[in-house]
Amino acid sequence: MQKVTREMLIEKASALLAEGKVDRVLGWKNGEFSYDVTPFVFTDVESMKKDFVFGDFAFANFSKYLIKETKKSENKVLVFLKPCDTYSFNQLLTEHRFNREKVYAVGIPCDGMVDVSKIKEIVGDGIISVESGDLIKVETLYDGVKEIAKKDVLAERCVNCKSKKHVAYDELMGEEGEILDSNRFDEVAKLEAMTADERYAFWQNELSRCIRCNACRDVCPACTCEKCVFGNPNSGVENKAASNSFEEKMFHIIRAFHVAGRCTDCGECSRVCPQNIPLHLLNRKFIKDINAFYGDYQAGEEVGSRAPLTNYTKEDLEPSEAVNKEEN
Amino acid sequence: MQVNEYKPKIVAFCCNWCSYAGADLAGSNRLAYPAEVKVIRVPCSCRVNPMFILRAFQRGADGVIICGCHPGDCHYTSGNYYTRRRMALLFSMLDYLGIEKERTRVEWVSAAEGAKFAATMNDFVQTVTALGENKRLEDLRCKK
Repeated sequence: MQKVTREMLIEKASALLAEGKVDRVLGWKNGEFSYDVTPFVFTDVESMKKDFVFGDFAFANFSKYLIKETKKSENKVLVFLKPCDTYSFNQLLTEHRFNREKVYAVGIPCDGMVDVSKIKEIVGDGIISVESGDLIKVETLYDGVKEIAKKDVLAERCVNCKSKKHVAYDELMGEEGEILDSNRFDEVAKLEAMTADERYAFWQNELSRCIRCNACRDVCPACTCEKCVFGNPNSGVENKAASNSFEEKMFHIIRAFHVAGRCTDCGECSRVCPQNIPLHLLNRKFIKDINAFYGDYQAGEEVGSRAPLTNYTKEDLEPSEAVNKEEN
Repeated sequence: MQVNEYKPKIVAFCCNWCSYAGADLAGSNRLAYPAEVKVIRVPCSCRVNPMFILRAFQRGADGVIICGCHPGDCHYTSGNYYTRRRMALLFSMLDYLGIEKERTRVEWVSAAEGAKFAATMNDFVQTVTALGENKRLEDLRCKK
């Protein structure tokens, strides 16, 4: 696959800025460290040349940013979309969350992103800088420069990548990818095979780490309500660490339920979780169930498709049949 | 000595048009169903938000049952079809988190089925009594 480099993206952006097609660019910029890349709105080429980055840590899915960004000006905004971002892009269009006319979308190929926690497992602490590439160069305080094969430290969602195909763009850089056969439901199936007690213990262990920072909600391209149930001060569960194990369970069940059928499985929730809770396993459970009960459905594949929870057939299965009867 | 027998708390969300009238019929036919069942009337079974169910458990319910019109008979044409999809997914998720699947149930009870209402409630109370107290979705702060 053709690699897209930082320079190619800057060149593309400067051409579009010069033509006047767009007047700002949603792009990535280094954060505190070279492995924590943050989204940034660039308005001129000079600042892009200085700060713009693209590499193995350009995770951020820009689709959700478009909701606010498109409201700021009458002009178009340039956005770079990786294949998985385009699904969220379409899903938001389906829900009429932003004006397509105000966006110029450039599809860029992606060969997976790198999970820095996996690098830390290998090299330990004290990372000074990380250089992207097939062989990732990691410089640490104590060990000097180390090289790690990219495929060994791919993020979980990229190991189980569902699609390299862009489903929405105005212009595509590189070649059109394909929808892949992924094993993304394997982990869900593994959990389902456990007994109820084991599952309860597993989730109790994972969810009890939740500090209710709401990062999973804030980053999620499907969570776009202007008023959130968890923002209600009368709810008793508003923006605070759970004081009882019930609260974190309720938050996570409801969060996952609210995006059921609309979640494109982009994996942002698990990425941003500071406590490394595998939140994607909750979302994938819903996707797996929906596929099994109501036929295969990929949110965001097509603009205007009807989400399974806003639809029904007369032959749907009964709730009592939904839960596997044989186990324990 | 007095023995304190365990009595579960059951919340039953009943749709105004079918199940609530069904409960009424059970009453006027003098069919007995346990007093542990607290009926909450809702305009349609699809009024029941997943949050209601979790809230009921939080506030000390040991079982939650949702009763609505039979599929096809909804007063609002299609409400119970949505309930069916939502609850199928929610119950499957609760099971995935290791919460006993017998604590939640959906039953279709029409206004003419007083006997079915009483039988369903008797059966559900029995099941939940056998399971015992709700521990996995309890909120200790709500316990007295």
